[in-house]
Amino acid sequence: MKLITAIIKPFKLDDVRQAVADIGIQGITVTEVKGFGRQRGHTELYRGAEYVVDFLPKAKIELAVDDDIAEQVIEAIANTARTGKIGDGKIFVTDLEQAIRIRTGETGAAAV
Amino acid sequence: MEEVTQIATQVTELAYALDTFYFLVCGALVMWMAAGFTMLESGLVRAKNTAEILTKNVGLYSIACIMYMLCGYSIMYPGAYEGGVFASLSTLGSGLLGSADNDVATVVAGDAYYSNLSDFFFQVVFVATAMSIVSGAVAERMKLWSFFLFSVILTGFIYPVQGFWKWGAGWLDAAGFLDFAGSGVVHMCGAAAALAGVLLLGARKGKYGTQGQINAIPGCNLPLAALGTLILWLGWFGFNGGSELKVSDVGEANAVALVFVNTNMAAAGGLVFALLLSRLWFGKADLTMALNGALAGLVAITAEPLTPTPLAATMIGAAGGLLVVFSIVMLDKLKIDDPVGAISVHGTVGIWGLLAVCFTNPDASLIAQLKGIVSIFAWVFGTSFVVWFAIKKTLGIRVSEEEEYEGVDISECGLEAYPEFTTAD
Repeated sequence: MKLITAIIKPFKLDDVRQAVADIGIQGITVTEVKGFGRQRGHTELYRGAEYVVDFLPKAKIELAVDDDIAEQVIEAIANTARTGKIGDGKIFVTDLEQAIRIRTGETGAAAV
Repeated sequence: MEEVTQIATQVTELAYALDTFYFLVCGALVMWMAAGFTMLESGLVRAKNTAEILTKNVGLYSIACIMYMLCGYSIMYPGAYEGGVFASLSTLGSGLLGSADNDVATVVAGDAYYSNLSDFFFQVVFVATAMSIVSGAVAERMKLWSFFLFSVILTGFIYPVQGFWKWGAGWLDAAGFLDFAGSGVVHMCGAAAALAGVLLLGARKGKYGTQGQINAIPGCNLPLAALGTLILWLGWFGFNGGSELKVSDVGEANAVALVFVNTNMAAAGGLVFALLLSRLWFGKADLTMALNGALAGLVAITAEPLTPTPLAATMIGAAGGLLVVFSIVMLDKLKIDDPVGAISVHGTVGIWGLLAVCFTNPDASLIAQLKGIVSIFAWVFGTSFVVWFAIKKTLGIRVSEEEEYEGVDISECGLEAYPEFTTAD
């Protein structure tokens, strides 16, 4: 199993949710986060004075998936979240040791 | 014949009632400007300083009312009424201001066309307006009780003295200085007192960097700031419209209508041009500048809302709207930290309003207007500086650095405006 963590532009969240649902993913976890990458922050003006926004708002999504579907999910997220402009985000993939469905006690691939 | 006289008397009494009613309703509109200032200021400070700015605003309004009753009114209008502070204390209960109101004979003789107490009520809300201007400029760092102490002195003494110069038929009035509803007497007065306070108080921590950079400190609630501005806009119809003092004949009614129209147009002109300038200059439509622009338009037209055409009023307001944006940026460059732009809106544009009288009123003289501007500013700034300085050396005027960081809501009021929200700073 893999844990896929993707940091994406918030306005792409709905599209990404739809795209992964279309390939059969049945659950994702979403967190509103702030941060910066190569895009860095940006400056705004308030009453003529500059202020720096260091951390930009992003959406973080986490999905636990079976190995054989992982590549397909990663591709779907990347294709959907891509705008081609700086700040599109990143996808991290980690090995997932175990998953347990709390209600039934199912484990492994059956639980994701 | 007797019947005709009787009807004439009744008409005169009705006109008296109408003018008094008009005066009182306008006064109530001006009172509501306290709500406007309160909302505007609470929207433009940070969340951690909101409850304290609310306390300052409701407090200063009430202090202004009491001080003006005790001594301010009799300093500003000496001779109009017997009394003043001692008389009103000794006759407490028999008459608020130590003298009876007009009787029918006086009214019918044409010596009075509105109630004396309605005049007091209208005047008392003006002094509160002047003091409201100060609270925004010194926001987020001044000690609450030092501010209240200053309110006592401004509303009980500093404001009434210069008010007497103009509206109490004092020397500025005799010199030909024109100020219809108070661009100078009310607005520039408040701004001069605020400027003296800000100079002694210093900027908010973090506003200006060590390398000379100017940092923005965004306000916490722009919906409230917008609501406050619109409340002020509404209240201004009372402020300028009521200053016509009379509505009960065709000429006066038309004049009042013109004042309302011009007041409204000036605000609209100010808002549009401040918004355009901020879009061209900063690249974005800065709402707070637009709001300040509307208020600048209102301040600009206050000195003379009766002689301009509506188009001229729009242009006078528009110039105020442009001026206020330049003034705000300029004061920031001079490191004069005014969180809400009060000194620019009421001071810089107040001066513009007083000068603009010369464009439309043939009775105005530039020399007299300059005399008024210089003397009112010098008096209010000078006395305020001395008072602020004395308070600084005794009670202190600024909260500690730690209290400022934590927010004056907690250190001064012991409560928070939004206890169930978490905020970034």
